[in-house]
Amino acid sequence: MLDSVIVSGIVTIIIGVGGMFAYFWASNWVLDHVFLPAKGEHAGRNINRANQIRPWLFLFPAMFALGLYLVVPVFYSGWLSVTSGVAAGGWYRNYSEIFANDTFRIALLNNMLWVLVVPAASTFFGLIAAQLTDRLSWGNIAKSLIFMPMAISFVGASLIWSFVYHPDIEIGVVNAIRGLFGAESGVTLIDGDIVDSFLLMVVLIWIQTGFAMVILSAALRGVPEETIEAAIIDGANSFDVFFKIKVPQIMGTIVVVWTTITILVLKVYDIVAAMGNQYRNLEILPTQMMRYFDSGNYGFATAISVVIMILVLPVMVWNIRQARSETR
Amino acid sequence: MDNIAGKRTGLSLVTHLATLVLVIVWIVPTLGLLITSLRDQDAISQTGWWRALQGAPQPYVLSIPVDDQVQRDGLWVLETNVFAGPTGEALPDDILDRSRVDAFGTSRLRGPTTEPGETVETRDGVTVTVEANGDLRAAAPERMTGQLVLPMALVAPPQLTLDNYAEVLTDMNTAERQQARSMGQQLDDMLFSDEALFGPFVNTMTVAIPATVIPIVIAAFAAYALAWMDFPGRGLLIAVVVGLLVVPLQLAFVPLTIIHGWLGIGKSFLGIWLAHTGFGLPLAVYLLRNYMVGLPRDIIENAKVDGATDFQIFTKIVLPLSFPALASFAIFQFLWTWNDLLVASVFLPADTDSTVMTRFVVTNLLGSRGGEWHILAAAAFVMIAVPLLVFFAMQKYLVRGMLAGSVK
Repeated sequence: MLDSVIVSGIVTIIIGVGGMFAYFWASNWVLDHVFLPAKGEHAGRNINRANQIRPWLFLFPAMFALGLYLVVPVFYSGWLSVTSGVAAGGWYRNYSEIFANDTFRIALLNNMLWVLVVPAASTFFGLIAAQLTDRLSWGNIAKSLIFMPMAISFVGASLIWSFVYHPDIEIGVVNAIRGLFGAESGVTLIDGDIVDSFLLMVVLIWIQTGFAMVILSAALRGVPEETIEAAIIDGANSFDVFFKIKVPQIMGTIVVVWTTITILVLKVYDIVAAMGNQYRNLEILPTQMMRYFDSGNYGFATAISVVIMILVLPVMVWNIRQARSETR
Repeated sequence: MDNIAGKRTGLSLVTHLATLVLVIVWIVPTLGLLITSLRDQDAISQTGWWRALQGAPQPYVLSIPVDDQVQRDGLWVLETNVFAGPTGEALPDDILDRSRVDAFGTSRLRGPTTEPGETVETRDGVTVTVEANGDLRAAAPERMTGQLVLPMALVAPPQLTLDNYAEVLTDMNTAERQQARSMGQQLDDMLFSDEALFGPFVNTMTVAIPATVIPIVIAAFAAYALAWMDFPGRGLLIAVVVGLLVVPLQLAFVPLTIIHGWLGIGKSFLGIWLAHTGFGLPLAVYLLRNYMVGLPRDIIENAKVDGATDFQIFTKIVLPLSFPALASFAIFQFLWTWNDLLVASVFLPADTDSTVMTRFVVTNLLGSRGGEWHILAAAAFVMIAVPLLVFFAMQKYLVRGMLAGSVK
């Protein structure tokens, strides 16, 4: 049993990788030797034409996969959201139904909270951690430990934090700390209150702070020393130097970190599914979408995914504009 | 900056302390679950993991025979050790080695209230001293009869065990494993039983490795074309890739379920490999192109002048030089595919033959065994062990890859 699983995995890798290389090699060979050979009376013209076609040979597998797995689904989902199960009630029926649903409104509100809180907190803690560790002899070890949760799956992190939030005063760290301040017995921390979402957000902040720290720490090192020295000579204290000299100069990077985490937050599903699955008040759009998906209600599921896409859209446009201004 | 006058002295200690606090807050949650995964099932519910190394005092009532008493200086004296002889034999096995006495008493009603080393007198006029190591001295003016019955709080030495890991991987505890073995079951049967975590572990690997390798190859060719080949529409394609970086995966689930159904792929490993490939490509192309575009132009143009084809330049020059970028994408993709729950829930069937660990933990363990933390903790660390290894071994490339995408 074990053997067969491993063998099939290895065979797939060989077929996949070997097949790809074979495709690229063979298609180039055919282009250069069969269709447009670089010899005979049209040699020069053939070389030029071959060079116009070749990029597309290189690009084809990637474009095909991107097209089939991302571009087509975007439009297909949009189409399904206005056609699937709307027989009575017009093309917007799926949307009007989900917006009329209380749970959807809770999910949308929660999603907004996640998007406001998590990127802000992660970037803030990341900035603090970057500044603190930058000057320490053991800074790299500290960074490594703060960065480590990045490797842990959302499900693993959810387990780790469920244990921290454990209702027993002798098991959960949070309750044990309450005990230090005189609490007699533990309390159930996650019980479906709308504010419990913040406890779930802590998990994602814990994961993402390391990411923000690593990038912001590189940016902080790029701040020219002259500006700092000038500020100190003018009598600035450390806080002034940090907030008025360094932070403004790395604002661009802060925005990049912020938006990257925002995108991630909009996709988050695992944490809520693992920690708050039974509570309606903790729902977010992706968990709702998966509920409809699992029950086969494709109309509602695609409508919610389109709503998520619309929330992402501003960041997408901003990203593309940034990238275009760089390549020019 | 350190050499700037007056900069270091005052802030230094505060910085050290603040960093230390931050690091502790960041690692305590993981550390707690790691220690828990190594503790005995009973110990987990009795004491917090932060007390794992000091052990928990357990109340016992010890009956000490007085046969060995001797007469000395007009007193009947008994000297013995509570962990030795018949008294010790009556104690459970795990309390014997290296245990110590946390407190003792003389009345079963009041329980163990006296610190070790102190002396108390029983109702019958016997003075008793018990040391932490179990040495007992009892003295009475008259010959003692019967037994000395003393309540004691004993602390067993902390015991860390790998039993939880064996239990979660095979879905059998120690006794059940012995029984299964005596009935002729092989390790293979136990590891692949329906509720064991080992099967999902293998499945996770089966998903993650091809789903990491395949997109790298496809993306490398595309990235080379976008970086070093001239053709109309290149800028537009780059913009499309950047745009696709942020498309929510959720949009793809319903359409791809339908498309995979048409193609006859359905829910299968092939389906999830293709899905992960498609979803990973934007980042792969973006990272690799950014890296390749920074390679020195001279090398590539010289090769072209010398008559190398694009295919040769790519395989012999660009690909080897791009190793750091390839490595950093490989780490990202591996961590993402190994840790993924969402894509696996959509593209893999739910049965144990093909489910991955994250999904197994959420649907099987959290549901039915939600309170059994010895199982959950061990499962969590089986799940995150491989990513953590990859992370600490390849951190350098991970950081480099992240910086390539965001700092100018």
